[in-house]
Formats: sequence, structure tokens, C-alpha cells
Amino acid sequence: MDLKLDHYTEGDTEIVVVEGEIDVYTAPRLRELLIDLVNKGNFYLVVNMEKVEFLDSTGLGVLVGGLKRVRAHDGTLDLVCTQERILKIFRITGLTKVFGIHDTVQEAIDKRSSK
Amino acid sequence: MATITLTISALPAHVRTARLMAATVARRAGIAASAIDEIRLAVGEACSRAVAAHKLHCPTQPILLQLIDGSGPDPVSEPRTDTTSRAPRANGSATRRFEVVVSDRAPSKDSEEPTDNVEPILDGLFLDGDDTPPGGISGFSPGLGLAVITGLADEVSIEPQDLGTVVRMSWPLSTDQPQDPSSN
Repeated sequence: MDLKLDHYTEGDTEIVVVEGEIDVYTAPRLRELLIDLVNKGNFYLVVNMEKVEFLDSTGLGVLVGGLKRVRAHDGTLDLVCTQERILKIFRITGLTKVFGIHDTVQEAIDKRSSK
Repeated sequence: MATITLTISALPAHVRTARLMAATVARRAGIAASAIDEIRLAVGEACSRAVAAHKLHCPTQPILLQLIDGSGPDPVSEPRTDTTSRAPRANGSATRRFEVVVSDRAPSKDSEEPTDNVEPILDGLFLDGDDTPPGGISGFSPGLGLAVITGLADEVSIEPQDLGTVVRMSWPLSTDQPQDPSSN
């Protein structure tokens, strides 16, 4: 399926909800959304990937690009993902050590708030 | 031995088509269900890399994808060509395999690049918009894609040549019967 993107505010955190496939064709749309959110002053981002059906290295590149942008403002970009087939690509590339990966959106928010 | 050949234009939208076809053929060949996602991802990475290379060097040239189902008998009337021959295996195993070959026609190295400049495979990771070269694909990093392929495929060979790169990936076929095609 194609990529569906949505976002909403939860306190000082912007939650990005991603559904569908993130690949070389659709990843530029996610990239544009992340850039737009950061440009509007949202430096605490949580990307909910629970409904992502496919993720490739292009998608990883976009997520890391988003992480670089929020870190430039001392912000954070955390992920919510429990799907093994999506987590696998993060493990292969070693990115589990780069991103905070959580089971729920609330857990992602709570972990950052407690730091 | 049955081979399905797919030719795609160098457009990101067609990478998904290649992925879906590879997954379908792999399922019919009898690949273990747990490996289908790996094949889908590895084929996507190989085709994404090829599309990115073609966009830079030869956008009008097609990319060739071959899906080789090793579950059946070898055809006696169709001798294999160089492009479909399998990469030699270190262990000499005769296990039937499902093989995917992605061939592009982009030169593997820029002519302006110094010949002694051998970059590590993971150099230039995580391109985002600011790092994307002119004509490149936003967010795509060739080194990362190849690293993912290496991590996913059971056997892999990447052969850069003057007239393009050939990426071969293969997975062992399970001993179970292939799925009924009607189940796809």
C-alpha cells in the first residue's frame, strides 16, 4: 500500500503517525514532513511506525536525517515499533543504538520526560 | 529451473513492482515464509541502488531483474547465459536455491574519481536532502543499501564492472513442496 502520514501534538511532543510502505518512492514525503515539522519549531518528535508494512534503507536515511535536524536544536527523535520485520533492518544496520525504540507512544514520551 | 526476467525503467515507483514480483515468485518456489520478507527487502535495496545509479548516469536505460527458481529441473534446450549463471559457492553445496540477479548499466565508478580512492562500503551513509548529490535520490545511501543486502541474503555477490553492476543474491529452498500458485 502507499504511504499515509499524519501528525498530532501531545504536550511538547509532535507525534508522527506513519502507515504503509517507506521506500525509495515514498520516503521523500516523510522527509518533507519531518523537515516541515522541524522548521515550525517541533524539536521533540516521536515517529509511530506500528502501521508501517515495509521499510528500506531509504527510509532509514530519512529517519536519520530527521534525527540530525532535531539534534541540531537539542531535540530528540524517537521511534515506536514492535514489529520484528521492521526492527530487523534497524538491527542489521546497528541503528538500534542510535534511535530510542519504544513499544508505545506514551512510553516514548515518558522516557524522554524522565531524562 | 525456471527464470522470470523483468525489465524496469529507472524510476523509484517500479522498485515496488520488482519487490512484489520477487516475493511472489519466491513464495511459489517454496522459500520459507520467514525468508520472504528478507527477499522482498533485499530485492528492493538492490533495485533502489540500481535506480539511483541510473538516474545519475543513464536514466533512459532499463534495469534487468532475473528471478531464478531452482526448485525445478534444468531446461535441456536452453543453455544458461553468463548473466544467469550462479556465483560459485564456497562450500560447493548442491542445494537448490532461489536466486535473484539485478543488473544495471551504470558505470560502477565515476570517471573523474581517482582510481586509488577506494571508499569503504559504508562511507556516505544516511544521506538526507542536504547530502544528496545532484540527480540523486533523497534519503538514499548506496553503501547502506549494499550493507543491508549483505546482511539479508544467504549468499551474495556484487560485481562492479565498467558497463554496470551485477548484484546476485540467493536463498536456499526449503524441502517442502512449493505453494500452490492459486494461494498467491
